[in-house]
Amino acid sequence: MRLSILSGQVGGVGSKIDYDRRPMPKQEPFERVRNFDEVALGYTVDLAREEASRCLACKKPACTAGCPVGIDIPAFINCISEGDFAAGIRKLKETNALPAVCGRVCPQEEQCEKTCVLGKKGDPVAIGRLERFLADWEAAQGPIEPPPLPASNGMRVAVVGSGPAGITVAADLALLGYSVTMFEALHEAGGVLTYGIPEFRLPKAIVSREVDYVKSLGVELRLDYVVGKTRTIDALLTSFDAVFVAAGAGLPWFLEIPGENLNGVYSANEYLTRCNLMNGFLFPAYDTPLKRASRVAVFGGGNVAMDSARTALRLGADEVHIVYRRSREELPARAEESENAEEEGVIFDFLTLPVRLIGDERGWLCEIECRRMELGEPDASGRRRPIEIPGSELRLRMDASVCAIGNSPNPLIPMTTPGLDVGKKGNIVVDEATGRTSRERLWAGGDVVTGAATVISAMGAGRTAAHSIHETLSGRHGGAER
Amino acid sequence: MVEVVERRMIVPNLHLLTVQAPEVAESARPGNFVILRPGEGGERIPLTLADWDADAGTVTSVFVQVGASTAKLARLKPGGQIPSYAGPLGRETEIERFGTVLLIGGCYGIGSIYPIAADLTAAGNRVFVLIEARSSYLLYWEDRLRTVSERVTVITRDGSRGYKGHVTRLAEILTLEGIRPDRIIVYGCTYQMMEVSRQTRPLGIKTIVSMNPIMIDGTGMCGVCRLTVAGERKFACVDGPEFDGHEVDWEEFLARRESYGPEEVQPLHRSGCASRF
Repeated sequence: MRLSILSGQVGGVGSKIDYDRRPMPKQEPFERVRNFDEVALGYTVDLAREEASRCLACKKPACTAGCPVGIDIPAFINCISEGDFAAGIRKLKETNALPAVCGRVCPQEEQCEKTCVLGKKGDPVAIGRLERFLADWEAAQGPIEPPPLPASNGMRVAVVGSGPAGITVAADLALLGYSVTMFEALHEAGGVLTYGIPEFRLPKAIVSREVDYVKSLGVELRLDYVVGKTRTIDALLTSFDAVFVAAGAGLPWFLEIPGENLNGVYSANEYLTRCNLMNGFLFPAYDTPLKRASRVAVFGGGNVAMDSARTALRLGADEVHIVYRRSREELPARAEESENAEEEGVIFDFLTLPVRLIGDERGWLCEIECRRMELGEPDASGRRRPIEIPGSELRLRMDASVCAIGNSPNPLIPMTTPGLDVGKKGNIVVDEATGRTSRERLWAGGDVVTGAATVISAMGAGRTAAHSIHETLSGRHGGAER
Repeated sequence: MVEVVERRMIVPNLHLLTVQAPEVAESARPGNFVILRPGEGGERIPLTLADWDADAGTVTSVFVQVGASTAKLARLKPGGQIPSYAGPLGRETEIERFGTVLLIGGCYGIGSIYPIAADLTAAGNRVFVLIEARSSYLLYWEDRLRTVSERVTVITRDGSRGYKGHVTRLAEILTLEGIRPDRIIVYGCTYQMMEVSRQTRPLGIKTIVSMNPIMIDGTGMCGVCRLTVAGERKFACVDGPEFDGHEVDWEEFLARRESYGPEEVQPLHRSGCASRF
């Protein structure tokens, strides 16, 4: 059957539809828990072409409709099956500035792959893996040539934050001739891609390659620059024609149960930042340590919880538990991530709610008191509501815990920008169609608007805002206002 | 990347660090801090501002050399580079016309209270300063502080200058000096701030302390600097670093500061005493 696919007859008369997705080569679990290298190794050329050949090239592609940035998916997949990878990556980059990142961390099963026609009877085309393949192929060809840049239009845009939303806006506007400065509060660019997502899921070399690409477009990057403190938004507005705020989801949430200020109790942001941004896993070669713990509990069931649990294993923990109050079906993490975690030996305590953290006499976490839950009727989120079972208390012996239940948007800019409308959760309020805030010449997007969400939705918001900024400034440029 | 203008030991183990950071200098306010990395691969450590000059574009801090990272800082020479220097961070000191204000400083805090004293004096307050050290040879900036206050009073633990003892004698010293503060602001080691708060509670004097927990990003993102104030969780980096000393849960704070003691991380750069705190 594979031969017929390779000969390019899929979809042709008499050919069979191939419902089986090509598996992704991965590091073996026993091996990968001992290193921080990337787990998924990527398709080979042969695997990529085979997988690409499964695409039915639908006339009205449902996959493209499922993509937040509207990538022309059948077109780039067709390039792969024909072996023209250079054309494929060009096609991809028309709409997506960060294919190497999105190919790895987008929840494709909820987006493009969810609507793939093949998915009705078999496996949808592995769109994400193919996207990654093209990006990695391009990187392997050597330094990436920046596209020809238009002449400067003389207008300046400030981008606050160098995560996925910021990078998208910076790249889009640079390609339109704007002079863009991107401000980053930390000492490395990339936002959550750098401090949050671990090396084994998204290698830092890929993030820095993307950042270098944006810089090659003429974008100026200012590190260690905390907008809201080093300069306020109002100060930036005096020297820039427009400002786009993508400061990310800042403040970590805690469970608000007793004992959360004990030592050994981390927010996922702290745990992952110590490991990823500060290279705590390389202590003492790097100066920032990350305490070795033998038994670690991670609270939450999303991707960040999986990242934290798998990081704990790699740091040498003997036993790592995901403590989640609902059941396997409700896990918000991508199936791929929870499967990876399980393969690596993470123990899942479903229907379990932490109610109290107990410390030793020195103020270090030693035990976690939990209660068992059962699922009741669906709640506002559509998921069945977990209900505590009375008298079901149990204790888990743990010497570290990581709280991965979400974040509120970073407060520094709302705190220091008068007249900026902010929602109940501290999120910056924008007009969804344009990304405009309540302040003139000020746009926002990404997690600072939505609360913690996906990389691709942040990029989608960036794309929208870049479009609106361009529309506004180019109109103004030619008009009487300026 | 910032350039070092000056780095010198002003008294044993305490160093003055001045860097060229024009934008930080321009936005700096009393009570702010910066976060820096002394070298590539280094930790992010917070240092309170002791002075700045917006015209010259320079920013000055005083730091204690305690562990590996501050040792790196202490080796810097003029013209040297600091790879990361971000700020000014934290909320600024509340400057109003309070009446009489007593500023208490110990260790690096002797430097930190200088800009606060200057602004409080300019705002029309009667400003008194009380500085503490183990011995007279560990005191600095006495003359500078005199220029922005009515009087500088000294306590040394060995009695080599001024009052002998520790801030445990605060109530007595206030009486002897005839100072009746409407507000006290303390910058120093945790023990000193805790002790002053304990002393002033029965006296009913509003006491502001500048908390110095472990920090990483310093922008509210990681939550490591959390502490309990009046029963609520606060992040020192964005909600503070100044809090009402009578509302801080000191016991919890001390335990959290100790958490990385064995690794000598965040090596108590901002802390005062030779002790862990």
